[in-house]
Formats: sequence, C-alpha cells, structure tokens
Amino acid sequence: MTAESASAQDLRACVQQALDQARQQGATAAAVSLECGEGLTVAVRMGELETVERERDQGLSITAYFGQRCGHASSTDLREDSVARTVEAACQIARSTEEDPCHGLPDEERLAFEYPELDLHHPRDLESEEAVRLALECESAARTDTRIVNSEGAEVRRYDGVRVLGNSLGFMGAYRRSRHDLSCCVVAADGEGALERDYWHSTDCDWRKVQDPETVGRTAAERTIRRLGARPLESCTAPVLFEAPAACSLLGHFVGAARGRALYHEASFLLGRMDEQVWAEDIRLVERPREVGGVASAPFDAEGVGTQERVVVDGGILRGWFLSSYSARRLGLASTGNAGGVRNLSLETGTPTLSWEELLQRLGRGLVVTELMGQGVNPVTGDYSRGAAGFWVEDGAVAYPVHEITIAGSLPDMYRGIAAVGTEQDRRGALQTGALLVDQMQVAGI
Amino acid sequence: MPDEPLIDGAVRRYLLEPGELTPQTLEQTLSHAWSRACDYADVYLQHSQHESLSIEDGIVKDAAFTLEQGAGVRAALGEKPGFAYSEELGPGQLLAAARAARSIAHGDRQARLPQSSSAPPPAVCAYDNPLQDMDMERKIALLREVDETARGLSDKIKKVTATLASTYEVILVASTEGVYQTDIRPLVRLNVSVIAEQDGRREVGGHGGGGRYNYSRLLDMDAPARFAREAVRVALLNLESQEAPAGAMTVVLGHGWPGVLLHEAIGHGLEGDAIRKGTSAFTHLMGQRVASPEVTVVDNGTLPDRRGSLRMDDEGTPTRSTVLIEDGIIRGFLYDRLNARLCKTESTGNGRRESYAHQPMPRMTNTYMQAGAHSPEEILASVDHGLYAVGFNGGQVDITSGKFVFSASEAYLVKNGKISHPVKGATLVGDGPSVLRRVSMVGDDLELDEGVGTCGKDGQQVPVGVGQPTLRVDELTVGGTRMNDG
Repeated sequence: MTAESASAQDLRACVQQALDQARQQGATAAAVSLECGEGLTVAVRMGELETVERERDQGLSITAYFGQRCGHASSTDLREDSVARTVEAACQIARSTEEDPCHGLPDEERLAFEYPELDLHHPRDLESEEAVRLALECESAARTDTRIVNSEGAEVRRYDGVRVLGNSLGFMGAYRRSRHDLSCCVVAADGEGALERDYWHSTDCDWRKVQDPETVGRTAAERTIRRLGARPLESCTAPVLFEAPAACSLLGHFVGAARGRALYHEASFLLGRMDEQVWAEDIRLVERPREVGGVASAPFDAEGVGTQERVVVDGGILRGWFLSSYSARRLGLASTGNAGGVRNLSLETGTPTLSWEELLQRLGRGLVVTELMGQGVNPVTGDYSRGAAGFWVEDGAVAYPVHEITIAGSLPDMYRGIAAVGTEQDRRGALQTGALLVDQMQVAGI
Repeated sequence: MPDEPLIDGAVRRYLLEPGELTPQTLEQTLSHAWSRACDYADVYLQHSQHESLSIEDGIVKDAAFTLEQGAGVRAALGEKPGFAYSEELGPGQLLAAARAARSIAHGDRQARLPQSSSAPPPAVCAYDNPLQDMDMERKIALLREVDETARGLSDKIKKVTATLASTYEVILVASTEGVYQTDIRPLVRLNVSVIAEQDGRREVGGHGGGGRYNYSRLLDMDAPARFAREAVRVALLNLESQEAPAGAMTVVLGHGWPGVLLHEAIGHGLEGDAIRKGTSAFTHLMGQRVASPEVTVVDNGTLPDRRGSLRMDDEGTPTRSTVLIEDGIIRGFLYDRLNARLCKTESTGNGRRESYAHQPMPRMTNTYMQAGAHSPEEILASVDHGLYAVGFNGGQVDITSGKFVFSASEAYLVKNGKISHPVKGATLVGDGPSVLRRVSMVGDDLELDEGVGTCGKDGQQVPVGVGQPTLRVDELTVGGTRMNDG
C-alpha cells in the first residue's frame, strides 16, 4: 500500500486490521497509528537548479498492551505480512517487559470520537518546473545587493500527508495536513572579506499564506547584511532583547520543563511550582490546538485525546502542564491532550505590546539577540548559557553587530524578568511569541 | 573472507528476496535513472532493525522495535541530482523511484553492474546482529545492574534512567560507475542518566557509550556498572558546583569526548560541500597554517568497532584516514562523490546519508587530534587561572562565520596550576579558523570518546566519533554567570 494509491478508507482498514491482529495475539488493548505522505523539494543555488527530491513516506506504529505491560513496534513497510510481523513484535515485547500500573489507553471519555475539520489541507499542484521558478525568484531577490557574495540557495517544499489513528476502544480518527515551505540562505562579505550568513523561512499549511518569494529572499538578504562587521563584546551584565524567532526558543525550554516526562522524572526546574508565579505578572500562555488553519493544529493528540483551548499560564502564574495519558497517570492528573507535543502555544501579555522601535527604546543600552547556538540549557536546574549573535544597542539605537559571545542566567529568573513583549509574533511554529525583553543577563565576551 | 558470504546472505535475505529483486532489477533501475542527459545514477537499498529498552524507576517497561527499509535512487545531471525513494523494495517501486529521480532528464541508457563485485573493503567490525545477541531476560538484567549500581552508590541518587539500544543495518549500493558494494552495520549503545538531590538542590549526571559490536561486548567492558558509577560521580560533583566564570580565559580541555571541539571548530568547515560552494570560513585556507606545529588532526573511518567507523561510505567508496591538519597546516578536505567531482578531486569516502530517504553529503567519521608531547599534569600546572573542562553536551557551528560553541557539563576552576572547585556547566564560544592557533600545549594522552556522538547536518543525523589528547587553549570565551574577577 502506498500514499498515492491508498484511499482514506484503505488506511483505516489497514489500521483496523492491525488492531484485530493484536487482539488475536492476545493483546488486551492496542493503539495503531498510520502516517502517509508525499512531497516535492526543489533547491536552487547561484541561479541554477541544485536538486529535485521526491518524498514518499509511510509508517505504521503499534502499541500493544497485555494488562499493564506494553510494547511498541513500527515499520515503514505496509505490506500485509510486514504489518503482521510488526504487530507480533509489539506483542512479543509487551509479553516480556514489566508491569507499569500507569500504562494503558486514554480514558474513553477523553477520546475525540467527534472532532472538527480544521482546514489544514491545502494541497497545491506544484510541479518541479514551477517550484524551480519560485525558488529562483526568491534567491534572485536575495542576491540583488552587491554585498551578498555567495548563496546556500533557496528551497521550495510541498508536503501532503494523512494521519490515521485507531485504538481498541473503537476510536478511529483521521486528518489530512499539507505543508508548504519557502526558505533562502545567503552569504555576505564585508570589506575585509569576513563572511556572514543568515536565512529566512516562511511556512503554512495553506500555500497562499506563505510569504512571496521576493519577501523571503529580501528578508534573508537583510538579515545577513546587517551582521557584517560583527565583533565580540566585553563581558558585562545587560538587559537582553530576544528577537521573536529567538524568543520562541525560550518558550520551548518552558514547555520542556512543563512536560509530563520531565515532571515524573523529577527532572524539571518547574517541579512543585503549580499555581505559583513563574513568569512576569502580566504574561499569559494560551494553547489553541484547534485554531482553524493553524500551523500546528490537530483535532486530537497522538493518542486520540481531543485537544482543547486552555490557559497554561495566567497572570504569570503556572496553571497547567503538558501531559499524555501515561504521564497524567504518573502524576495523578488528567491528560491535557499533549501526547505528541504542544500545538499553537501563544505568549500574550496584559500590558500593551511594543513595536520593534519601542522595544529598542525600552532596552536603552543592552544586547539584541538574533541567533542562539549550542545546547547549554539545563532543564533540571534551569541554568542557561548559550552562544549568541546580535546587536549592541546604545541610547535605543543599534550601535553595531556582535558575535562570539555567550549569554547566561537562569530560566526562572529570565521568565520572571520579562520586561516587555513585542507586538509582532513569530507564528511559524507550534510556539508563538513576539520579541521578549529580559531585564538582565550575564554576557561573556572578550 | 568468511565475512563476505555472511553479508551476501543478509543482502539476499533482507534486501533482495522479500521483494523478488535481482541484479537485473537493479540494472534496470539504474538504466532507467541514467537517462541520456544524466552522467551518474546510483541506487541504495537499506534494511534497518532497531530496538530500544529502558529502565525507569526500577521498572523495565519502555521497549520498542522499529523496522525501516527502502531504496533511494539518485540521477545526477551535472551537479543537479534528482532524488527519489521508496519504502518498498519491489521492482515496480524501484523503477518508479528511478523515473521520479530522473524527472529532470529524458531517455534511458543501458547500465551494467560489474560482473564480479570489486574487492570489498576490509571489515571494521564483526557482522553479528546485536538484536539477536541476547534474550530479553539478559537485557533486563543488564539494565537492572545499571539501576542497582547507581542507587547503591549514594542515597542522594533519586532517579535512574538507562536505555539500551541497538541497530542492525544491511546496505547495498550500486552505481553506473561500476560500484556494487554491500555492508552490514551493527551499532549498540548504553546510556545512563541520574538525578542527585541534596538540600533541595537537584543536579543531573550522565554517561554513555557503545560501538559497532553486540551487547555482550558491553558486558565484557563492564559498561553497566562503570557507566552507572560515572553518571553518579558527575551528578554528585554537580551538587557541589559553584557559578561558572564569565569571560575570556585559558581553558584546558580533557581528553576523549572534548574532541567535539575539533568536530565543530574545524571539521564541519572542511567538509567538501561547503568548500565547493565557497561558504566555509576555511575555503581558501588549504596549505595555510591554522595551528601550532604540534597539531595534527585526522578523520579516520577505518578504526575497528568505533561508532563513527564504516568500511565503505554510503556511495560504496572505501573509507580511509584523511589528514585534515598536519603539523598545524591544512592538508585535506572531506569529500563525497558529487562534491569531489565538482572540485576535480576524488572522494575521501565521506559520502554519508542518514538513510535511503536522504541524499548523501560529506560527513565526518571519527575525527581526532594526534597525541603531543606534554603530560596532562604538566598542562594543568601551567595554568594560573582558567577553566578545566572534561565533560561536554555537544556543540554547534556556523561554518560561514567560523563561530562555534560547545557546552561543558563537567568543569573545574583552575588556580595556580591546581584544580580549585567544580563549576556549573557553561557554553564555550570561539572562532574556528583561529582557535587552533591558541592551542599552546598538546597532551600525550590521546583518547577517543566512548561512542556517544551523533552529528546533525541539514536535518540528517549520523553516528560519529571524536577524540583528542588533553589540550591547553590560551584564550576561549567561557559563558558562565560570574564575572571573571580573578
């Protein structure tokens, strides 16, 4: 069976067949998920075609339960005998591992037996010739400035996938999702020949909402040129303004520490902080998994639990975790519909948001961070130390670009120290926020 | 070679027979991909079995088995490879992939597989399937030993998690240039992570390792108990750690895994795709001095049993030892077939891909610095004030600006030539083309890492190795929270 030939009905039948086989093998419960997709990626570089890649993905994964024991298996081969072997492998694992009272399917009443259509499927009949034209247009827009001396190229990608999920409680759900991407990465040189590169990327499930090639290319060029002449800073303490794309990573560290797995492992700096002030007083975090056309929307989570809008942080106070059925049982709580991740988590503020110019004014003298590098974040302690690049700001105006520096602090202090939020949100991913101004961090340089 | 029949058997069993593929099918696939306008085509068949098993809170319960297989077909027109893949290893699927890959060109050409396969490269490992090496009970016992050892060492240890994982891969590569090569690639790994608590403070410690062998080897090297002890040691140490310093200072890097410095600071910048495009800060530095004469760095895919080792790369080119920096001077870049041809040189056997669903590109294997003349004690004694970093989480580099970071997970403040006290993890940041100039002492204690490295590039993950002797770097910026007050 393949993505191209299979109808939704065939895929459901395949899932049902695997569920039936699990039952025949003695499983007391089972869940099966099946994903298929088809895509095209075209890359150009320096005005010429670089590569054309056709994707065709498929995969089936099964979780089999024997009482409180559990086994997982997955396969990219969907032929009948392979599916049967995969089911057998899951059952065999489940029979030989140990009992865990928290294992099991989601509570039946939380399953999304009915769910809304979220308008996530906008396939585009885009063939390689047209994709090449778009990519060339994008890269060409990025290379108009003479300081852009080289290019990593521009890339156009479309992907169209379907996900089917079923379990032995009679749940069977499916939804289709398309994804369209346009990105560009270029290299600029200064008078001394020092090179800098940067990129821009636009994505949406509806191709009509992806930024036009000209805008993506021009943005990539602007982001690269503004880095020219970067120099290290002297070590200091300073307020730090995270540009929106960099600020999204701060939300990511929060989610990492508020996930069920981190909590039941007691590997989180948020442990025991429920109903306490963990962000600045006016900060709200809202998850909207059923946003129509949302970039990370889904009607149900990876276990079939219905997703719903909810407030995770209100007035800076922690009000929710991100839990699957398993982690919820470990913690004595209910699933939040976050098996498989977070969907459209947006940072909002009760005080007025600021434009970029207003943010620079508020920053006064300090650091703007546009890029972060490395893995220096400790989710257990909240200790934070990462490589950074950006700009030094004096009197509310950009003075010069900086690189080869680090910024360090602790995430709890940084979250409570949010002094301002930018108006323009980066909404390209599951974590969405405007720029964030953190009152003080340690900057290390020369 | 008794190994070759073993590989042939696995290729037939896992790659050819299930979909009724024959050498003729592969020839047809290549002929179909190799249209008149194309100058190169290859087909890559892969079968991969993966299992993982975890212990958490004393219960062995998270176990998974993954079967991945498929075929990738490339059809290159000049420097423009068309690429397509299929998850099914059948004649129809292979031809469809070939058709999709060559959509940028038209018309077939007849490809011929070599009558007899070229001499296979020497083995870098044994070919046992690690998934079949032990029954479940023994695997559970191994994880229990980790758990019990860690908990027995200190009552401050509150959480123990250990994961045992293995992969068994069977590969076939055939190309229009007469390549027909096969390989089996086993890989195992054991990882341990613990959390220690004292007076309300919690810290993590971890250790891991593995290589291209089977589970029994982990037992032979006492890995369960040894890794547990190491993870506990790091966690307890971190409970005592003070704020790390902030600012530029002398840094002594321990031997082994801290070689991630070389991987990030110079390795990526010497990969042939960035060299070909001119986007690497090292593009024009061939033959130039970038380090003191004490510094020699190689990339060597032929080391036995190492995580980063391969007898051939994913284009069927035998791996080798490539000198990247010799006595401080840049002598080599790392190439796959495509970039080598465009740069008018030959592949160094570094064309690697995550799987059949990804295109090959130049990647490192095991990258390390050769030993120098100084003892580690002598190096530490030479430092008035600085950082001694022996454990790292990993790193990242911007190959164009040359700026790189790597994050310490175990480090000490050094005062007057002696270790003063442990400090918290911190990110170190530097400049690739200039950092090796600041390496003023190279230790005599070269060691390779225990087999934990995974390198990500353009979204593709591949296993790699790193290594180095103890090094003194005269100035590197340390990203701590405490202003450097001497």
